[in-house]
Amino acid sequence: MTRVENAPAVDLQDERLLAPKTLGDSVRAAVRRVRDGDLGMLPVFGGIIVIWTVFQLLNRTFLSSTNLVNLSFDIVPVGFLALGIVCVLLVGQIDLSVGSVSGVSAAITAMVMVQYGQPTWIAIAAAVAAGSVIGWVYGQGFNRFAVPSFVMTLAGLLAFLGVQLWLLRGQNAVNLPYDSNLVQFAQLWFVPAWLAYVFAVLAAAGVFAAGWIGARTRRAAGLSAVSMRLLVMRSALILAALVFAVYYLNRTRGVAWMFMLFVAFVLVMHYVLSRTKFGRSVYAVGGNPEAARRAGINVKRVYSWVFVLCSTFAAIGGVLAAARLAAATQSTGTGDVNLNAIAAAVIGGTSLFGGRGSAFSALLGILVIQSISSGLTLLNLDSSYRFMVTGAVLVVAVALDSFARRSRQAHGRG
Amino acid sequence: MTITESAAPPVLSLRGITKNFGAVAALADVDLDVGAGEVVAVVGDNGAGKSTLVKILAGVYRADAGAVRFQGEEVALESPAQVHALGIATVFQDLALCENLDVKANLFLGRELRPFLLDDVAMEQQSWELLRQLSAKIPTLKVPVAALSGGQRQTVAIARALLGDPKVILLDEPTAALGVAQTAEVLNLVERLRDNGLGVVMVSHNMADVRAVADRVAVLRLGRNNGVFDARSVSSEDIVAAITGAADNAVSKRASRLAAGTEES
Ligand SMILES: Nc1ncnc2c1ncn2[C@@H]1O[C@H](COP(=O)(O)OP(=O)(O)O)[C@@H](O)[C@H]1O
Ligand SMILES: [Mg+2]
Repeated sequence: MTRVENAPAVDLQDERLLAPKTLGDSVRAAVRRVRDGDLGMLPVFGGIIVIWTVFQLLNRTFLSSTNLVNLSFDIVPVGFLALGIVCVLLVGQIDLSVGSVSGVSAAITAMVMVQYGQPTWIAIAAAVAAGSVIGWVYGQGFNRFAVPSFVMTLAGLLAFLGVQLWLLRGQNAVNLPYDSNLVQFAQLWFVPAWLAYVFAVLAAAGVFAAGWIGARTRRAAGLSAVSMRLLVMRSALILAALVFAVYYLNRTRGVAWMFMLFVAFVLVMHYVLSRTKFGRSVYAVGGNPEAARRAGINVKRVYSWVFVLCSTFAAIGGVLAAARLAAATQSTGTGDVNLNAIAAAVIGGTSLFGGRGSAFSALLGILVIQSISSGLTLLNLDSSYRFMVTGAVLVVAVALDSFARRSRQAHGRG
Repeated sequence: MTITESAAPPVLSLRGITKNFGAVAALADVDLDVGAGEVVAVVGDNGAGKSTLVKILAGVYRADAGAVRFQGEEVALESPAQVHALGIATVFQDLALCENLDVKANLFLGRELRPFLLDDVAMEQQSWELLRQLSAKIPTLKVPVAALSGGQRQTVAIARALLGDPKVILLDEPTAALGVAQTAEVLNLVERLRDNGLGVVMVSHNMADVRAVADRVAVLRLGRNNGVFDARSVSSEDIVAAITGAADNAVSKRASRLAAGTEES
C-alpha cells in the first residue's frame, strides 16, 4: 500500500472525529472531558492547591522546607495502605482491615527484632509475609465461600486488632533500637543532593524517551501520535517541577529515601496496572466480572492477587509506621488510619465503583490527607478537628465520584 | 450450492445436551451438528433455550448431561478460556463487553499482545484492520465502550470473536442491534467465514437473515429439538410453524424425519 502524502493517520480518518489540531483544541477537549464527568486527577490537584494555599495563609511555616520534608516522611506509611486500597477498589472490592493488618505487621517487626533479637531483615520479611498470608486468606474466603469483601475485612479489622494486642503481650509499646537501620531509614536517611537532581533529570528524560519512542512507533504504524512540541513541553514542565522540588527540599534536610521508596512502589504499580496483561484484567474485573470471565480471564486469580497485594502493601506500611515512630504500639494502625487510607485512594480519583483509577491516586490522595493533618497540627488544633475535616473531605470526594459517574453515564464515558 | 454434511464429519457435534435451571428444564436432549464451511441457524421463540445452548458451547454454563464432539474428538467444555483455546469463539447476546475499557482493550481482552509490556501499537493497528474489515463506523478507539451505540458495541463484540483463529463461531442474535448496511455487512462476513471453512452457528429471530445465509435451520421449541430444515428448500411458514408449534403438522414431522434420515446415511 502506498501512503498518500498528508493522508490522515489510520485512527483519525472518521470525519466525525473532533481531533485536536492545535494546543487550544487540546485544552478545549480536556475541558469537555471534565464536564462530561471524566475528572481523572483534576480534583486532587485542585484540592492540593486549595489546601496548601489556605494553610499557608493561616500559618507561614506550612510550606516551609522543614514542614514539607516532614510531610514527605509522614505520607509514606499510610500511603502504602492507600496503594493497596487502590488495587482492591479497582476490582470493585474493599479492604477495611488495612489499618489492623499494618498494626499486626508493626507488632511482628518489633517483637522479632526486640523480643527474639533477630536481624532486621528477618523481622521485615516475617511481617510482610504475614501480610501476604492474610491477603491470601481473604482471597480464599472471597473466592471459595463468596463472603463479601466488606464483611470479611470488617471481621479482619477486629480479629487482627486482637492479634496485634496479643502479639504485644499487653505492653503499650515495644521500642525499636534507635540505631537500627530500619529506624534510621525512616528518620534520617536522605538522598544526597546531587543524586536527587540526577533522579529528577532521569525522571524527565524517561518521560520524554518513553513518549518519543511511543510516538515514533505509532507514526511508523500509520497511527496518530503526540507532537514533538507537546512532548518537549510536557517533559520540560516535569523537569522544572522536579528540579524545583528537589532544590526546595534540599534547602533543609532533603529528599528522604523512605519517600523515594514509596514513589518507586507507586511507579511500579502504575506500570503493572497500565502496561501489563494483569493490570488490564484488574480493570476488566472491576468493570464487568462476568465479561472478564467470558473473555477467558481467571477472575478468581485476579481477586486473589489483588487481596494479597493489598494486605502486603498494608504490611509494608506497618513496618514503616513502626520504623517512623521507632516503636510498635497498641494504637499503631488504629483510629483514623483505615479511613485515611480509603479516603486517600478515593480523593486521588480511584472510583469506589470499580474499574477506574490509577496508582498515582494513592500518592496524591495521601498528600491531601496528610497536608490537612499537618496543617491542623501546626495550628495547634487537636485530632477532633482533624477527624471532622478529613471526614468532610472524604464525603466531598465520594460525592464527586458518584456525581462524576452519573455524568459519565449521561455523556457516554463509561 | 450443495450441502455436504454427510461427506465430511461435522466439526462440532452435540448429542443429548440437557440443562436445568432449578425446576426449569432450559434444554432437554438437544442434538446439533455443524459442519466445517456450514452455517447453521438456530431459531426458536423467546425462552426456547437458544442462548443457553450458546453459553454451554461457550463454556459459560456446564451441561447437566450430553456429549460434545469437536473436530471428531469428545471434549469437555469447562471454561470460556479452554473453549476459546479449542477454537470456538462466541458473540454473546448481551455482548459481554467491559464498558470501562476502550475498544482496543475490549477486543484483546484476555489475549493481549506482550503480557509484560502491552504492545498497544500493534493491538491498535490490528483493531483498526479488523474493524475496517467489518466496515465498522467507530470514529475512535480511545473512548470507553460505554460511549458507543448499541450497533457499534455489537460490531466490537463480533470483531472480538474474529481475533485469534477460531474454527467455529457462535453468534447469538448478531444483527439484533444493527442497521441495514451493518446487517448486510455481518451477513457478508458470515458468508466469508463459511467460505473460509469455518463452522458458523447463528441464532437469529430474523427470517430474512436466516434464509439469506443459513445452509440449515435448526428449530428449538421449549428447550427441545423441533426439526432441522434445509434452508434452501424450506418455506418461512414451515419454520414459523415449527417455532410456534402452532401446526404440529406433516411438514415439521417430515422435515425432522428427513433430517434424521440424512444423519444416518
Ligand atoms: N441463568 C439462568 N437462571 C435461571 N433460568 C435461566 C437462566 N438463563 C436462562 N434461563 C431460563 O432458561 C430458558 C431459556 O432461556 P434462553 O436460553 O435465554 O432463551 P432464548 O432462546 O430466548 O435465548 C428460559 O426459560 C429462561 O428463563
Ligand atoms: Mg437469547
